[in-house]
Amino acid sequence: MDLRKIKKLIDLLEESNLAEIEIKEGEESVRLARVPSGAASVAATPAVQYLTTAPAPAPVVAMPMQSPVDAATGAASKPAIDPGLPAGHLIRAPMVGTFYASPAPDQPPFVSVGQAVKAGDTLGIIEAMKMFNPIESDVEGTVLAIQCESGQPVEFDQPLFVIG
Amino acid sequence: MTNRIPENPMLDKVVIANRGEIALRILRACHALEIRTVAVHSTVDRNLKHVAMADESVCIGPAPPSESYLNMPAIIAAAEVTDAQAIHPGYGFLSENADFAERVEQSGFIFIGPMADTIRLMGDKVEAIRAMQEAGVPCVPGSGGPLDSDPATNIKIAREIGYPVIVKAAGGGGGRGMRVVHTEAALGNAIQTTKAEARAAFGNDMVYMEKFLENPRHIEIQVLADGQGGAIHLGERDCSMQRRHQKVVEEAPAPAITAEQRERIGAICVEACKRIGYRGAGTFEFLYQDGHFYFIEMNTRIQVEHPVTEMVTGIDLIREQLMIASGHRLTLRQQDIVSSGHAIECRINAEDPDSFVPSPGLIQHFHPAGGPGVRVDSHIYEGYRVPANYDSMIGKLIVHGPDRETAVARMRVALSEMVVDGIKTNIPLQQRIMADGGFQHGGQNIHYLERRLAERKEKSLSIV
Repeated sequence: MDLRKIKKLIDLLEESNLAEIEIKEGEESVRLARVPSGAASVAATPAVQYLTTAPAPAPVVAMPMQSPVDAATGAASKPAIDPGLPAGHLIRAPMVGTFYASPAPDQPPFVSVGQAVKAGDTLGIIEAMKMFNPIESDVEGTVLAIQCESGQPVEFDQPLFVIG
Repeated sequence: MTNRIPENPMLDKVVIANRGEIALRILRACHALEIRTVAVHSTVDRNLKHVAMADESVCIGPAPPSESYLNMPAIIAAAEVTDAQAIHPGYGFLSENADFAERVEQSGFIFIGPMADTIRLMGDKVEAIRAMQEAGVPCVPGSGGPLDSDPATNIKIAREIGYPVIVKAAGGGGGRGMRVVHTEAALGNAIQTTKAEARAAFGNDMVYMEKFLENPRHIEIQVLADGQGGAIHLGERDCSMQRRHQKVVEEAPAPAITAEQRERIGAICVEACKRIGYRGAGTFEFLYQDGHFYFIEMNTRIQVEHPVTEMVTGIDLIREQLMIASGHRLTLRQQDIVSSGHAIECRINAEDPDSFVPSPGLIQHFHPAGGPGVRVDSHIYEGYRVPANYDSMIGKLIVHGPDRETAVARMRVALSEMVVDGIKTNIPLQQRIMADGGFQHGGQNIHYLERRLAERKEKSLSIV
């Protein structure tokens, strides 16, 4: 299969909505697949990551068909990581609820950025159905980033803390 | 009958506690009523079509249903954090879980469905039958209650009913936990074994006995009740095309059922609804043989095959569920329900059409069917990856026509147009069913499809 043919296939793939093309000619076959160009998804699915609300004129909610990339490569299985996050151990929400940074409204937060923590230390609470669940660090290290604010709703797997 | 958006829909925001095609169906009904939607989903379902279309979405857990779609605290917590008012459970998952309905209400939300006690009553198959008998609904001749351990009593019961009989688990349903007995000699063992299986599967070894009907059709009656005294029926559906107790094709109306039969059994179901204080959409399932209807169970939720009723009556059943849950009385009266033409639904599953092995994976090409009288209820799209974690149904293809023959023809065309490439589907099986002489004749019993499949297998094995 010559390069010109392959180049034509690449053009075809780019112009189309397809995620993959496979051509077989006798014994030879070529398979081309799209590769995501960046970690942050083309935000065709506005309500995906955190509890964001779509802009009021909802008809603009782009069909996932416009980003077959993410769907095809299964990149939609975890909320896209903010590229601005420092490298380290990411602690995600184990449940749905409201996040609180301190034990009570009038008390200081459990942790702040730069603070040293040990495994088992409480970093915050998630409240749901009148029950408070502590979020504990599973590693020892320093709090590098706090990704949510007190009183904010969080969903399962939502990034909360980075420990480095 | 009004099609306007009512002045005071009290529901403002609904959590859709389900996935796939039914979640999309519920979303469409909510948005048509200007009700805002919250799509709760598992980690592998982020790319579901209805999640993209919902006003808000909340990831509630990882892929396994027990940690997501069956996770009661997570779903209720999602309703809390989004300030929703009501939760629609769809079908399957928690839709017939009385504890969930109770917890939803206790947490201050509206459960879109009947009251928890009603769900509980209909979930106990022995109690359900008792309640139906008291309400005058014809039931399969049976023990009328649980079997005790006295062999002599059980033999007497079986003799009165007449062989063959079927021993069923009270905690079962949907085809699970049952055993057919043809002779008296086999009765004792059959009861013991069924009890042991029931104990293991449902934590409850209570069993009862019924006459086993050898050539029944599965005919069910759709009802709507507003919990305020208003109740109507919307006619029947024939769901006799089944494989291993799973429905494959459904249609409305049921061939050869007369208007008198429909009115009589429908009225009985409506009476029963009023008697038990039913609220919401529900289905009374019957076995129909030799002109008689025999109640087997009631489903206290919206069903997969609800579109065929919608196509022949013009009523939007999910919309009615939302209206009832908002506290509205039924505006529909029985005389408003007029059935017109014939509708057929083919379930589209991601599975091998011959071996029935599930076929999850990436849908590389998708082209839905279209044209007059064609309805596609599906969440799939080109580029969508069907996950391996849930059941294989990826959509429903529904057609309507002025008569059954036209409906079958339209389904034949629609199936031939529909393209789902990249995974295997049961479209070829559905095409064979539509082309089958017995199906085209209509009125086949619940064993027909399996018999035809077995014959086909034998034929293919015997071809040298």
